[in-house]
Amino acid sequence: MGAARAEGGGEPLFLDFFFLLRQAGLPVSTTEWLTFVEALAKGLVAADLHRFYALARATLVKSEKHYDLFDQAFAHYFVGTAPGLELKKALEAWLATPIDPPQLSPEALEMMERYGLDELRRMFEERLREQTERHDGGNKWVGTGGTSPFGHGGQNPAGVRVGGSGGGRSAVQIAARRRFRDYRTDLVLDVRQLGLALRKLRRLGRDGAPAEVDIDATIDHTARNAGDLEIAFRPPRHNKLKVLLLMDVGGSMDPFAHLVSRLFTAAHKATHFREFHAYYFHNCVYERVYEDARLSKGMLTVDLLRWLQPETRVIWVGDAHMAPYELTAEWGAIDYTHQNPNTGLEWLQRLARHFTHQAWLNPIERRFWRHPTIAMIGDVLPMHELTLEGLEDAVDALR
Amino acid sequence: MLENFTGTDDYIASVELQEAVNVALALERPLLIKGEPGTGKTLLAHAVAAQLGRQLYTWHVKSTSRAQDGLYVYDAVQRLHDSRFGDRDVGDIRQYIRFGGLGRAFLADAAGVVLIDEVDKADLEFPNDLLHELDRMSFEVAETGDQHVAKHRPLVVITSNNEKELPDAFLRRCVFHFIAFPEPDLMASIVKVHHPAVRQTLVEEAIARFYWLRGLPDLRKAPSTSELIDWIGALAKGGVDLETITDRVPYLGALLKKEQDLESLQRHMHRYKGRR
Repeated sequence: MGAARAEGGGEPLFLDFFFLLRQAGLPVSTTEWLTFVEALAKGLVAADLHRFYALARATLVKSEKHYDLFDQAFAHYFVGTAPGLELKKALEAWLATPIDPPQLSPEALEMMERYGLDELRRMFEERLREQTERHDGGNKWVGTGGTSPFGHGGQNPAGVRVGGSGGGRSAVQIAARRRFRDYRTDLVLDVRQLGLALRKLRRLGRDGAPAEVDIDATIDHTARNAGDLEIAFRPPRHNKLKVLLLMDVGGSMDPFAHLVSRLFTAAHKATHFREFHAYYFHNCVYERVYEDARLSKGMLTVDLLRWLQPETRVIWVGDAHMAPYELTAEWGAIDYTHQNPNTGLEWLQRLARHFTHQAWLNPIERRFWRHPTIAMIGDVLPMHELTLEGLEDAVDALR
Repeated sequence: MLENFTGTDDYIASVELQEAVNVALALERPLLIKGEPGTGKTLLAHAVAAQLGRQLYTWHVKSTSRAQDGLYVYDAVQRLHDSRFGDRDVGDIRQYIRFGGLGRAFLADAAGVVLIDEVDKADLEFPNDLLHELDRMSFEVAETGDQHVAKHRPLVVITSNNEKELPDAFLRRCVFHFIAFPEPDLMASIVKVHHPAVRQTLVEEAIARFYWLRGLPDLRKAPSTSELIDWIGALAKGGVDLETITDRVPYLGALLKKEQDLESLQRHMHRYKGRR
């Protein structure tokens, strides 16, 4: 690991790696970079590539959301694949079926520990250039099995793993595995993340039973009492926000049912709201909203408007994807037995006028939002993508 | 001579985690640990203290915790009370100052390990209020004007369950590690630490079953490492044989804690049998 241990003043180490990380969208600050360099200067990594990777990650990356980006950038810098791109498709397919690794003698293992990262990287690139076909076993070419430092399923302890899953001993270059792909914010939404985003939705205020000692008032009262102690109490701080969740179920929302049920679980867990209500509708809200997803037990929308104050925050969840007449025509509701004298759009506008803060979360990707009904609803209610980022935006707008 | 953490007999740490601890030790920066519940975040501080032979100071953060509580608490109400009834000399403020976990670690005669557990439970601003103390490793007791400077900088381990985003300024100063859910190999060694006597075949089958369960698509609460360990303990004590684990899941209550999850398991059971 010549480069990492190179000491002395002059050029800071791996400065181009720093810029590559920034370019890849990782929010690495100068402070963090200096911490990383300080750790290197203390000789913390010695000659172990895996530890070098771990050290860089521990000092430079501060969220598991960014582990995947970091892995890609690391692989790009030290192995030479472009960030944002998967490994070359052909190479990946080639490595997809690993064969069982052979056993190596301790001497052979020790011999192989010697390879430095720079050396590995150079050799890897050279071999990729030289190599023209699939290769399994052996000790030189990139492939599966075998004892070459490149590829996967192999036995080289200092090797660079290329795609595939880990087999025998852990390879040093695990970045290419992208184990943290699932933690990316733009890809995955789970109950916890949703709940987390919803928790930001709060406005604190004091009310309820006085249960907290108010020191300032106590001092004040005691002073007025000529020093005779009089303890004053005040109510603790609570979230004053009331939240109404309106969810589209059935039909085109079925593929998202699981996502919506997770959102519902998360929202339901968020018991810190002053009030939390959830109702269902199918495609569009008309004169009724429903308490259950089978749409059997309902409540009149006008009653809802009478009952809930305008400052109640409304979160809509739906794909807004339907036939245009469901929005614009009288008697246009999708269920044949459902007869609505007012159009869906009128109902949406009525709700939009009543409540001061609302957000529509759409599980359909933004690039498809040119669809007529999505665009129409988007004009009435501010629409956000149902991703973690979209939800965070929505929460900001609702606060 | 740098101290080196490698994991202990009953705490298995990945290379990344070892490195994160060692970097934090060498650079004297706080170590922030995140991860799923049950991945051993809190136990890490105990393991580090045990291996390095350091004293452990714990501070469990609550939703009402203030940053200052970890340093010291000034018991004004007690003092007021004493002034009223004349029990003690109220002129001596120091007897009403009680030091918290962080404060005691600063005052200690040897470098310790401080565990600030579940930092995300407190108010959003809480971590920022600690920045100065963690940077300088010193604090002032405002009531007495006493300035306390750490004689030996302790290793500060901070855990977070990810319930709240932590402020950037705080993150910049920390060494960070996310404990990923263990892969089956690592899980096997973790189980071995806790149940050394249990038959290998039983452990393997139980782990396979466990990962299958975790992979079920509509689970509300996936079982964690500690639940697996309890479950294997129950299996071993109950003398359950291998076929039983394959056919059904005995002592299911140790793994799944939600009724909906039990129902969805029933729907998926036939597939597991098919797979084997």
